[in-house]
Amino acid sequence: MSSGILSKPETFVADTWNVQRIRADFPVLQQTINGKPLIYLDNSASSQVPQVVIDRGSIYIEQEHSNIHRGVHYLSQKATTAYEGAREKVKRFINARDVRECIFVRGATEGINVVMHGYGRKFIGAGDEIIISAMEHHANIVPWQMLCEEKGARLRVIPMNDAGELLLDEYDGLLNERTKFVAVMHVSNALGTINPVKEMIAQAHKYGVPVLIDGAQAAPHMPVDVQDLDCDFYAFSGHKMYAPTGSGIVYGKLELLEQMNPFQGGGDMIKTVTFEKTIYADPPNRFEAGTPAIASQIGLGAAIDYLNSIGREQAAVYEAELLRYATERVSAIEGVRIIGTAKNKASVLSFVIDDIHPHDIGTILDQEGIAVRAGHHCAQPVMQRFNVPATARASFAFYNTKEEIDVLARTIERVIEIFG
Amino acid sequence: MSELSELYQQVILDHNKKPRNFRKLEAPSHTAEGYNPLCGDQMTVYLNIAGDQVEDVAFEGSGCAISKASASMMTQAVKGKSKEEAEALFREFHSMVIGELNEETEENSLGNLKIFAGVREFPVRVKCATLPWHTLHAALNKQDQVSTE
Repeated sequence: MSSGILSKPETFVADTWNVQRIRADFPVLQQTINGKPLIYLDNSASSQVPQVVIDRGSIYIEQEHSNIHRGVHYLSQKATTAYEGAREKVKRFINARDVRECIFVRGATEGINVVMHGYGRKFIGAGDEIIISAMEHHANIVPWQMLCEEKGARLRVIPMNDAGELLLDEYDGLLNERTKFVAVMHVSNALGTINPVKEMIAQAHKYGVPVLIDGAQAAPHMPVDVQDLDCDFYAFSGHKMYAPTGSGIVYGKLELLEQMNPFQGGGDMIKTVTFEKTIYADPPNRFEAGTPAIASQIGLGAAIDYLNSIGREQAAVYEAELLRYATERVSAIEGVRIIGTAKNKASVLSFVIDDIHPHDIGTILDQEGIAVRAGHHCAQPVMQRFNVPATARASFAFYNTKEEIDVLARTIERVIEIFG
Repeated sequence: MSELSELYQQVILDHNKKPRNFRKLEAPSHTAEGYNPLCGDQMTVYLNIAGDQVEDVAFEGSGCAISKASASMMTQAVKGKSKEEAEALFREFHSMVIGELNEETEENSLGNLKIFAGVREFPVRVKCATLPWHTLHAALNKQDQVSTE
């Protein structure tokens, strides 16, 4: 991890986090739901957008709207500068070597699909093996399954223990000379587990195997340094880190991107086109066919500025304290079971209550203005692993408060009362 | 919490806790599986139809209180009915929970199924209440699977 950005993060204590000042930055948090103040605990699904990010997107729409990379006119140059400026911010945010390694995508899902189509379909064949983990989001299962089906390759799955931690010895056992790709999530959306991806990447590299990290749940919660991790690909969504939907990044090492096929064909991804042959553009444009979500991607750049301005490491310390407090409060309620008890967790609290379906929990919490996710979290194999049909999930951001967690805990008690 | 107590009435909570006809029928004449991919609810409805009459009906599966109670009360409601009557109930139930039928002012045969009227205040839960009915409809029409997505 790159340290030294902030003077002394180790001396920071969560109590000094000025959460009310932070909350004022988020217009959505100022409203009431069913007559109650909104308590937004569905940040793993999508996080809220601060005013400065909204403003930056609006400036593009109001004053700079035009297409990028195309016009010689003033507005197109302004838009292109803003768009490429956002890419530059992303590069610094994840400490990429080269700005050309940062490809704008719609979100982590599209990022993974860029790699599956561009790298996987070119380099993975019959009899090859792809390793994923038992806790993956469907976004990091289905594309690889599609590839296996198409090519006759085999999907191998790293199992996990009852706490929701990957079994690294089993992972070692799965790696072999047939392994051609590893795709694992950095942080689990369903369980909160932070996986030891740096070690897992090093292990795969011993076999010369490239690794994709699904960072959708990590980028909002912790500093990400792709050079330190030495990952080959890293995908994340903007809308889970305080930017608008439709923004996101897949990072790839330049030498890999240069060998890859485009994901989609169209405008802006070519050097020359004739009816006989098309020469593709170099990365990143090769992977960005058509007009992108310009306002959203510029917004992603603004969200990165915002995260840097409030202090990413302090935010992480505060979120860790929220998780600790919520875990203590919620697990103390009789009949509640926490799903995902890894030692190393991000601020995600999945839980079930004996004989009460998560959907019913979600509806009752909603009546109190509390937004949680109830369902399988696009991770049905995780639900099967823990033998539950679904869970309720509260996921915290640095704008949540301990008072909100108190209301959550009281309302969970009320749920249990109703169902007697 | 008035809308909430409309939704989770004692009768519904009771059927959730002790679902009626919650079992498998051996050798059913009709059966179908229903899924709600949004929440992972899964339900199998079994029917024994003799002539035109629903002689026996049962269900199995996992789901929320609303879907389970709805299935439980559905099995009680359609037992002994003709296929046509069961289908008519399905249509009325569906119209009620999506707010197109006023169960109090318009003529209907819903009887105690009216208790599910409160679901219409919770649009995301409508699919929970209708999943068993969609599954029943699929079974009656010899479809194997139905999804409410």
